[in-house]
Amino acid sequence: MNLIKKRRLFQIFSTLGFNIYLPSFFKGKILQGNIKGVCVPILNCHSCPSAIGACPIGSIQNSLATLKFNLSIASYQFGLYVIGVLGAVGSLVGRMPCGWLCPFGLLQEALYKIPSPKIHIPRFMSYGRYVVLVLFVFLLPLLVLDQYGFGQTWFCKWICPAGTLEAGIPLVILNEGIRSQVGLLFSWKMFVLILFLVWMVFAQRPFCRTTCPLGAILGLFNKVSLFRMAVDDDKCIQCNTCYENCPVELKIYESPNSPDCVRCLKCVNSCQYGAIDYEFFPKKQPEKNRVQQS
Amino acid sequence: MKRRWAYVLFFIFILFTIIGLKFDEFAAVLEKSITVCLNCIGIG
Repeated sequence: MNLIKKRRLFQIFSTLGFNIYLPSFFKGKILQGNIKGVCVPILNCHSCPSAIGACPIGSIQNSLATLKFNLSIASYQFGLYVIGVLGAVGSLVGRMPCGWLCPFGLLQEALYKIPSPKIHIPRFMSYGRYVVLVLFVFLLPLLVLDQYGFGQTWFCKWICPAGTLEAGIPLVILNEGIRSQVGLLFSWKMFVLILFLVWMVFAQRPFCRTTCPLGAILGLFNKVSLFRMAVDDDKCIQCNTCYENCPVELKIYESPNSPDCVRCLKCVNSCQYGAIDYEFFPKKQPEKNRVQQS
Repeated sequence: MKRRWAYVLFFIFILFTIIGLKFDEFAAVLEKSITVCLNCIGIG
């Protein structure tokens, strides 16, 4: 089995595995059990009825949104557990969960297969995910507080299309109590979701590349993680086959461990000259002509 | 050299995780994740 098929199986099993509690869909309620305290390294809304883990981005926002309140009652919770889990995963494999595990990544790749004119996403738009991370995940939940000292989960509330798709729509359909409360905010979130779904048909992984705050965090580790990509300059003729196959439109020979890379390894599979490889534990000595870092 | 940084970072973040667990952050994450997030579903 080649890497492409292996990765597709990983994506499918991960999507099912992280959302395995299907009976919740019939009850119109979400899973409640200790396992949901486990933070998963993917964007998978914990309000999805069948989700079995906690979304790290939602959890970070919740920590920051309640920080001032917690300090006033002397409960010192800074979200270190969630940051620690993400940092540990990032240190090992960088942004690999985006390419191999994330259900929203799988959805984007599936929609891009729909025949249509395809468009490129300008490189500068990749900075958007850092803006979203800093503003909507860190600053606004931490600084905009109500009279009791509580903030809000701004990214979940105003942007996250994964939450609308995985949690909002199923719960609105299945739960009458929730359906009766639907208002303008739900319409806004549906608009954002539809916008991204349409964009996904025409461009490759637009949410990952321009908006996803989890991708922004894990991508920071690409340059230092144990798992890393390497390009052999002697073998690479810069034919751009890797670029044509890359879901984030990277020229990997220019920057093998770019924060944009989701480490899907399509480039390894597509390079007919065997110039692109990956390493995890240092089984090979780096060659002097091997570009490991950019 | 770069790999050494990966190991150092890994252990620092594992330490973060342990400290977080020590301060009962698992329970805090659990409490939020077993409650329907009204913001996530576009109601709150």
